[in-house]
Amino acid sequence: MSIQFEVNGQSMVLDVPADTPLLWALRDELDLKGTKFGCGIGLCGACTVHVEGVAQRSCVTPIAAVAGKSITTIEGLSENGEHPLQLAWVTAQTPQCGYCQSGQIMQAASLLATNAAPSDAEIDTAMNGNLCRCMAYTRIKKAIKLAASGEVNANV
Amino acid sequence: MSSLTDENQRDGGGISRRGFMIGATSAGFTLAFVPSALLSSAPAMAIANMQFEPTIWYSIAPSGDITVNVTKAEMGQHIGTALARIVAEELEADWKDVSINHVDTEAKYGLYVTGGSWSIWQNFDLMSRAGAAGRNALVEQGARLLGVAQSACRAENSKVICKDKSISYGDIVARGDLTRTYTGQQLAALPIKTAKERKLIGTDVAAADIPAKTSGAAVYGIDATYEGMVYAKPLLPPTRYGSTVKTVDDDAAKKIKGYLQTIVLDDPSNTVPGWALIIADSYHAALRASRVVKIDWQAGPTATVSEADLLQRGSELVAGTSGSLFLDNDQVDPLFNAADSVLETNYTTSTVLHFQLEPVNAIALRKDGRWEIHTGNQWQSLILPTLAQAVGAAPEEIIMRTYMLGGGFGRRLNGDYAVPALLAAKQLGRPVKVVLNREDDSRFDSPRSASVQKVSMAFDGDNKVLAMAHTAAAGWPTATMAPFFLGEGKNGVKFDPFSISGADHWYDVGPHRVRAVMNDLANKTFRPGWLRSVGPGWTNWAVESFMDEAAHKTGTDPVTFRLQHLTGAGENAGSAPNSVGGAKRMAAVLERAAAKAGWGQALPAGVGVGVATTFGQERTMPTWTAVVAQVKVDKKTGEITLQKLSIVIDAGTIVHPDGALAQTEGAALWGASMALHEGTEFANGEVKDVNLNSYTPMRMADVPELDIEFIDNGHQAVGLGEPATTAVAPAIANAIFNASGARVRHLPITAAAVLAVLA
Repeated sequence: MSIQFEVNGQSMVLDVPADTPLLWALRDELDLKGTKFGCGIGLCGACTVHVEGVAQRSCVTPIAAVAGKSITTIEGLSENGEHPLQLAWVTAQTPQCGYCQSGQIMQAASLLATNAAPSDAEIDTAMNGNLCRCMAYTRIKKAIKLAASGEVNANV
Repeated sequence: MSSLTDENQRDGGGISRRGFMIGATSAGFTLAFVPSALLSSAPAMAIANMQFEPTIWYSIAPSGDITVNVTKAEMGQHIGTALARIVAEELEADWKDVSINHVDTEAKYGLYVTGGSWSIWQNFDLMSRAGAAGRNALVEQGARLLGVAQSACRAENSKVICKDKSISYGDIVARGDLTRTYTGQQLAALPIKTAKERKLIGTDVAAADIPAKTSGAAVYGIDATYEGMVYAKPLLPPTRYGSTVKTVDDDAAKKIKGYLQTIVLDDPSNTVPGWALIIADSYHAALRASRVVKIDWQAGPTATVSEADLLQRGSELVAGTSGSLFLDNDQVDPLFNAADSVLETNYTTSTVLHFQLEPVNAIALRKDGRWEIHTGNQWQSLILPTLAQAVGAAPEEIIMRTYMLGGGFGRRLNGDYAVPALLAAKQLGRPVKVVLNREDDSRFDSPRSASVQKVSMAFDGDNKVLAMAHTAAAGWPTATMAPFFLGEGKNGVKFDPFSISGADHWYDVGPHRVRAVMNDLANKTFRPGWLRSVGPGWTNWAVESFMDEAAHKTGTDPVTFRLQHLTGAGENAGSAPNSVGGAKRMAAVLERAAAKAGWGQALPAGVGVGVATTFGQERTMPTWTAVVAQVKVDKKTGEITLQKLSIVIDAGTIVHPDGALAQTEGAALWGASMALHEGTEFANGEVKDVNLNSYTPMRMADVPELDIEFIDNGHQAVGLGEPATTAVAPAIANAIFNASGARVRHLPITAAAVLAVLA
């Protein structure tokens, strides 16, 4: 079936089965490979994107569910990779293998959009669904706090 | 562990059999290690034709850009940055001129392996000398071009400076001739900086691989595509070995848009027996089809094996006398027979999954008369001959293109996942991309084997240690995947060095016997894997839990007891260059960790601290490591809260401090995760927990406070990817004992197990 939606500000029409996970539509039909496949059951968070600005697991989101909606992926989070969280991720030297980090950043961006200064406990709660297998958790938390503090800029 | 230090396996033939060559190429000049035999040929020719086996090589362009080629897999350790820093240090390069190129593999380039925490240790001296040789040549040419005596010139920031004149490296490359060769002897004679003279090594720098990992731009194997490729999702047989496909029914799949066909693989290498692949024009179509294609298998002989069977087999082997004597001494039996008392305990561990977040995958295709494999891999040299056998080609006819790894942890040392892609590409005559979904990846992971161990110690009437004996039974990855790496025991029987390392600890315990036994049922049932540290994951669990039990038996504080036996006497004295100082350096990190953690201070009820040490991967390259864990135990529920890990490491020279810290943070939390959150069981010949609904690695909310310190003393740089992994579990168990009185001897540690002991 033909499904229209918006990705990173651009209108898209895809002719794929309605149950196609948004993850595979993004990766294999639209070649947006920054969103990752980890578990396929919505429990690792590597596939996290924003649907209408809110973090959602694209691997368990059927494409039909986003018809007419606006999707943001890691590629569209900022113009030049300079979202405060992306800068903070570099400053804190957060990624190791990096595979989960698109999802981590998208999840954190969704958190900061509704809570500009989250506490440690609020960060834990918001981020607990995002597995980092390299266990770079202390640096993920550090980067979120750094971004929230506003003390990060492009000149790092 | 002689097999691990064999230069041929390690670095393709150390400096003694290698020379260094600088020759012009289209890119400027390339500087490379070459086999000695090539030194006599014309450098320009040899370099231009890439006749060398460049495990280490770099280029300088007329623009001044310096490209360091890296054969090590990038899987989160920022290894390219660390290796390039070593070259740049001696080359006197301006760091901003330096970039890293992760090269594709070709069989002629020799050994490609990233594991064992070896990368820095293996390459530190070679990369230093590669940099020094380049600097030497640049200073000579720079002096000539400036018309100044070489003795008046020095190199700094990518320039040769001769009093008031200077010339950039780029200009030297553009105008001069750097062509020359160095023999191994000449290379060895080049002056290398002392620790005090270093400017880059030991200072922090932003890792080169990180920015692309924050923008979605980093390309992992799973992101690769190739024109005309089809997607494949495996249908896995019920057993790892010996299953055959009886019938395939894909009628229902034929209605699925994009479904092409289901193929049964015929694998001459026997890597993927009984596998079928769903072929489709997209991965989502392949996934859809995989839910309706029905395959009837004749299951292999291990279809009913359970975790209990594996542990039972391990117990039988430990109770027997078979296996390899990794260490032995004819005084062990007489001393045990004459002992006043003997302490003997058993330790076990459950099966553990790698669960690297990027499921394994590969593209295979035929191009220009060769097979190409596009994938992330840690040990290309190991899988190339298997791939060759699978497809009936010579290893030289296969090239492996390099990508970022979405986690390694040892999983991708086993390159089995490239085989189905290659077989399918051959069978279908077109490029094929195989992607295992998460459940596939877990089912046919090469997991860390379950283990069974018995440790015993003989004491005299004053509780003085007389002798020690240790037996370990587990599945041996090396026996299945890399038999050439097996060592030979004192009784002439082969052993897997990776599966018993750690039992040869640095404590003075008198005559010491260690017997290593392969759990044959494990090796038949699954493909045991190398998982972050491999054997020390269980040997240290046993040794360090036991040292605590021995301390308590003798009524001695566990830190004091360890220090009493870490004297650096005799064979524990250590030797240059890798283990200078021996057990005394272990004692130093232990004392420092205990001090940092406030060892001996009063703690609230239910809270306890426990200590453990490890020397990392191998006695031949010890990374001296001590961990103090602080836990809280709820005696009513058995619930364990890990509050803090204090870690002190002496890894000699630290090249990239922040990278070293990141590796240690990750390794320590891996250790904690395996101790408290992970572990699975075999049931009906397969692992039971195949996804995150029941396999539950540590999450952010579980992370304890971390206090990590390095002792940087300028000694030989060793490894950091793994060491902290293994000492955490015994430190936690020892802390649980101190907090609650419950001694737990199985990994993972559960609340139920703690309660059972307390009951």
